[in-house]
Amino acid sequence: MNLVAALDAQTLVDAVGLGAVYALMAVGIGLVFGVLRLVNFAYGQLVMAGAYTLAFTASWPVAASIAACFAVVVALSMLMDRVVFRPLRGQSPAVMLVTTFAVAFMLQAIALMIDIRDDTIGEIATSIASFNQATTVAGVDVRKITIAAVVVAVVTLALLALLLARTTIGLHMRAAAADFGTARLLGVRANRVIGFAVFLSGLLAATVAVLLTVQFPFVGPDFALRETIVVLVGVVVGGIDRLWTATLGGFAIGFATGVINGVLPTDKSVFLPSAVFALVILVLLLRPAGLFAWGRAAAAERV
Amino acid sequence: MAEPALELSGLEVRYGAVAAVRDVGLRVEQGEIVGLIGPNGAGKSTTLHAITGLVAAHSGDVRLHGHSILGRPPEAIARDGVALVPEGRRIFADFTVEENLRLGLAARRGGNGRGALAEVYELFPVLREARRRSAGALSGGQQQQLAIGRALVAKPEVLLLDEPSLGLAPTMVDNLFDALAHIRERDVTILLVEQRAQRTVAMSDRTHVLANGELRMTLGPADADDTDKIIAAYLAS
Repeated sequence: MNLVAALDAQTLVDAVGLGAVYALMAVGIGLVFGVLRLVNFAYGQLVMAGAYTLAFTASWPVAASIAACFAVVVALSMLMDRVVFRPLRGQSPAVMLVTTFAVAFMLQAIALMIDIRDDTIGEIATSIASFNQATTVAGVDVRKITIAAVVVAVVTLALLALLLARTTIGLHMRAAAADFGTARLLGVRANRVIGFAVFLSGLLAATVAVLLTVQFPFVGPDFALRETIVVLVGVVVGGIDRLWTATLGGFAIGFATGVINGVLPTDKSVFLPSAVFALVILVLLLRPAGLFAWGRAAAAERV
Repeated sequence: MAEPALELSGLEVRYGAVAAVRDVGLRVEQGEIVGLIGPNGAGKSTTLHAITGLVAAHSGDVRLHGHSILGRPPEAIARDGVALVPEGRRIFADFTVEENLRLGLAARRGGNGRGALAEVYELFPVLREARRRSAGALSGGQQQQLAIGRALVAKPEVLLLDEPSLGLAPTMVDNLFDALAHIRERDVTILLVEQRAQRTVAMSDRTHVLANGELRMTLGPADADDTDKIIAAYLAS
C-alpha cells in the first residue's frame, strides 16, 4: 500500500522529466556508437564543460550564456573526434573505450585546474536557475524545467527522426551504422558522416548541459559523471546497436531511477543506486540482447 | 590514342607473407566488357578489392583513364567513377529499395539523381514496383538487380561485378546476362568476375583466366564453344 501511495503524480512527472534528459544523453552516445562503434565514456565531460561554461558566463544574458555553452560543447566534441577518435579509427573497441576513459579523466583534471583558480572547487550557475521554479498544472507541482526537458526531448527526437529518415545525410548515417564498409564503397564519405554524427552528439550534450545545470546549479569537475554511467548502463539495457532501443533504454533507466527515488523513504535514499543496478542485473539476466530488442531478441549478435 | 578506361599493371596483393595476386596486368578500353574467370581462391575478388581500395596493393598500379587511383580510400575511388557490385550483393536489407538506390547516388558527380533512378527503373521494372518495399523482402535475383542498379545510378566510368550470378536460379542467371548485355549497349565499361566461364567468354570482348593469383591465358568470344580450351585453361592451374 505504501508503494502505491508513494507513486503519485508528482513522482511520475519527475520520473518522466529525468527519463527525458537521460534519453537525450542516450541518443548522443548512440549516434556516435552507430557510426564509430565507439562507446564514448567521455560524453559526460562534454556535458560538464557545458555546465562550467554556463557557470562562468552567469553574468551574461541567459541567451548568450546558453549560446556560449553550445559553442564550447560542440567545438570540444569535434576536437575530441579530430584529435583522438580519428587517429584511432579501426582499432579494437577495447582500445577505443579505454582511450575515452583517459579523455574523460583528462578533461576532469583540466576542469579542476580551471575551477581551482579562485581557491574553491565548484562554481554556481545562477543565471538559469529560475527555470527550476515550480508551477501548478492540474493540482500537481511541476517544475518548469521538467516541462522544458520533456518538450525539448520530444522535439529533438522528432527532428532527429526526420533528419535520419528524410535527408541524404541521414540516409548516409543510417547506412554507415548498418554496414560502413559497403557504405564507403558506394561513395559515402566516412569523415563527413562521422563528423556530422559527432556534431549532432555535441548539440545534444549541450542541450543536456543546460537542462541538468538548471536542476543542479552547483558545477564541479564530476558534474554529469554519475548520470553518464547510469545512461551507459541504460543504453546497454535497451540495446546499444539500435539508436531507438538505446534511447528507450536511456529513458527507461531515468524513469526507473525517478520512480525508485520517489518510492524510497528519504532516509533510505542512499540505496537508490543499489536498487537501480539490481533492476539492471535482473533485466540483463532475463533479456541479454536488450530490453527492447524485439523480433531478433534471441540473437544478441549482429552480422 | 586515348588511355584505357581501366588499366592494371604489375599488381601484387599480399595477405601477410602470402601473395594472393601476382603481377596482374590488364586493360579495359572505354565501352569494353572484359571477363575475369578462374577457380575459387584464384584471386579474382582480391583483384577487384585492390581496384576499389578495400585492400592495399603491395606493388603495381591501378589507373583510371591514365590517372593512378592506388592508395585512395574506397569512397574517393567510388567518386572517381569506379562502382563495384560486391559478391553477396551487400544490399541494405532494412532499407527500402529506393533508399538503396539513393545510396548509390553518393558517388555520383553532379547531374540529375532522379533521372538516374528512372533509368534504372526502366532497366529493371520490378524495382520500380517494389521501390517502397524493404529490400530484404526481394528475391535473390531482384536483390542482384538492385545491387547492379545501385552501382549504375552513380554513372560509373567502370563497373566491376563480383560473381553476380552466384546463388541465382538458372532463369535468373539468363535474366542477369541479358541485363548485362543491355548495360553494355549503354556504353558502360565493365570488368566482370564470374564462375560461369562459358557465358562470360561468350559475352566479353576478352576474358582473362586467373589461377593462383596469376593471369594464365586470355580467351576471345570465339573460344566460347571450345569447351576443351576453357577446361584446359582451368586445369593449367
